[in-house]
Amino acid sequence: MIQKIRLAAQLLFTVITNGYTYGFLSGKIYRGGLKYVCAPGLNCYSCPGALASCPIGALQALLNQRGFRIPFGALGFFFLFGSLLGRFICGWLCPFGLVQDLLYRIPFFRKKKTLPFHKYLKYGKYATLLFLVCIGSMFLFGGFAKVPAFCKYLCPSGTLLGALPLLGANEGLRMQVGGLFYWKLGVLILIVILSIKCFRPFCQYLCPLGAIYGLFNRFSLVQIHWEKERCTSCGACERACPAALSVTEISCSPECIRCGKCVDACPQKCLHFGQRKI
Amino acid sequence: MNIWEKNKKYGWLYGTVLGILFLGVGALQGHLADIWQKAVMICMECIGIG
Repeated sequence: MIQKIRLAAQLLFTVITNGYTYGFLSGKIYRGGLKYVCAPGLNCYSCPGALASCPIGALQALLNQRGFRIPFGALGFFFLFGSLLGRFICGWLCPFGLVQDLLYRIPFFRKKKTLPFHKYLKYGKYATLLFLVCIGSMFLFGGFAKVPAFCKYLCPSGTLLGALPLLGANEGLRMQVGGLFYWKLGVLILIVILSIKCFRPFCQYLCPLGAIYGLFNRFSLVQIHWEKERCTSCGACERACPAALSVTEISCSPECIRCGKCVDACPQKCLHFGQRKI
Repeated sequence: MNIWEKNKKYGWLYGTVLGILFLGVGALQGHLADIWQKAVMICMECIGIG
């Protein structure tokens, strides 16, 4: 039941945050006041339908400025969204998370929850955050201007939701396509293929936004509560968890995206969504 | 209740207040305007052209 509600929430939020239909038809992007605000998920603001900004794009835009200043504008969105929801955003509100969830439903032999060397690879998202988003955006130049390094070299959401619709509708942009586009397309294709075989590989191993929100999981208002007294240690929640978490890690681990599969699976109903008890 | 437990209980509240504070400071320093400025131009790097 929770999975049906989650899918509906993901679809609805994707449509709401990417509802600028005129953009898809004309090959232009929305330029209104809603873009002062960031949507909580990874949602490229160059998507022709995007009505709000991307938080990682916003962080890089501020770090790209001349000189160094603390990016309070972006940090504010991270603290606000993270403190209230943690990685619930990843599980319920992120458009690219939805794409990976749908790809994982495609039947394929020997589906895996994680890739080999998961316990090392899961730190890849922190490396992406540090080296590409932060250091790359502060020090890498394209011509005379700094570049948003994560967006430029890696972000598959930008390729799928931004580049492909824009280039499809805008001939002028299509004529400027070069090697960088094909690199990003290759990254996207790799992630799409991996997403069919493995659960949310981008979220688990590369997403800098998931890395940030994961730090808030332990403290966020939204939690999945575990009633230890009623638990019979049957392991149903651990088998159901697509991120292969143990029952003690559910909700508080930085890897938990609060998808709720454990809640559905528990026969004793001792796991449930709720807010942190005050 | 030790100090860590107490902070864990109210951590979301401190984080939310801090977030609102940061947004206010960011707005005053023109960060939201900078974000908007970037977001309303097609990001050539994002779409693989830049």
